[in-house]
Amino acid sequence: MESGMKKLFNLFFIMLKIGLFTFGGGYAMIALLENEFVSKRRWMQTDEFSDMVAIAESTPGPIAINAATYIGYQQNGVLGSAAATIGVCIPSFVIIFLISLFFDAFQQIRWVAAAFKGIQIGVVVLILSAGLKMLRQMRKTIYNIVCVGLTVVCLVLCSLFAVNFSSVFYILIGAVIGIGVYSVKRLSERRKTEAKK
Amino acid sequence: MIYLRLFLTFLKIGAVSFGGGYGMISLIREEVLSHGWLTEEQLLRFIAVSESTPGPIAVNMATFIGSSQAGFFGALVATFGVVLPSFIVILLIAALLKKVMKYAGVQAALNGIRPVITGLILGTALILLLSAVANIQTMHDPVLWDWKAGVIFAILAVSAAAYSKFRKKPFSPILLLLLSGVMGILFYLNCLFTEALP
Repeated sequence: MESGMKKLFNLFFIMLKIGLFTFGGGYAMIALLENEFVSKRRWMQTDEFSDMVAIAESTPGPIAINAATYIGYQQNGVLGSAAATIGVCIPSFVIIFLISLFFDAFQQIRWVAAAFKGIQIGVVVLILSAGLKMLRQMRKTIYNIVCVGLTVVCLVLCSLFAVNFSSVFYILIGAVIGIGVYSVKRLSERRKTEAKK
Repeated sequence: MIYLRLFLTFLKIGAVSFGGGYGMISLIREEVLSHGWLTEEQLLRFIAVSESTPGPIAVNMATFIGSSQAGFFGALVATFGVVLPSFIVILLIAALLKKVMKYAGVQAALNGIRPVITGLILGTALILLLSAVANIQTMHDPVLWDWKAGVIFAILAVSAAAYSKFRKKPFSPILLLLLSGVMGILFYLNCLFTEALP
């Protein structure tokens, strides 16, 4: 029992540390996790770890949270996943909560306000380059290209004409179309094999 | 009931944010604007803060908006809301459905979602760019070009592209934000000084 508690604390503090040092989004954190759990402590195998990454990437929610929950569960059941997830969240929670108390006053400083005018543009560049990076890594099938194009056009037009259409619907439509395309493909393949017989 | 509204809004954001990082940026933008929690300008400022502090943007955003709307407990319920969907989904997968990600139907749905996410991120970037450089949010707004914003955007875009081309690795976000902050001070400080402040 005591070693169970000890492992729980260990898990919590490792995740706390990782939560404190994950600048630059989920992918930076994957490297830290790999170093900590696979290379250093050998709590996980490499292929187990890459399974975890695939799951964390393809389920909803921040990759950091998904990875922490998964590893926590693997190491120590439901309690482990709770300890790991809370641990990884605490640093950002504390830091951002403190910032939120002073943020308005901070922005009133003149040169800070001027810096933020520039930083706003910097953020647009960051978002744009995140999108472009995903575009480069995407497989260039006709379906994917049409899908990206349509989404961009619809989103911008809806925004310009002040039409309310939640991003949730785009994601749901994407999922339905993905399943639809897959079913049609399978159906046509089945027809072909039947025709051969 | 502000706590419930914060919780449910961030539960929704947590449940459908695929793709990590900026995957949920379009939904966050819609939600905070429609609830009147932040203006577009405040949203961009906060994203900059979020980029320069540790932790996922979704968690940072939930903490910040929860705190600014309803204090400490607001921050707590909003953060709990955004984490809960991931926690439950991953727990189900890890405990019961290890193979679920390998089912063809699940993969097909994910294949359908992925390009949509890319489109949502690119589209949101364009919307934000239009609003920063031309002050257009909807068709009814008159176009007010901000040439300084345009110049800053051009410099940043060119230097980020050049850096990743020659150094073979992406420009670090913190460096980009620092550069853009310096340019903000250079371009905007004297005009802020000459404007009469209340």
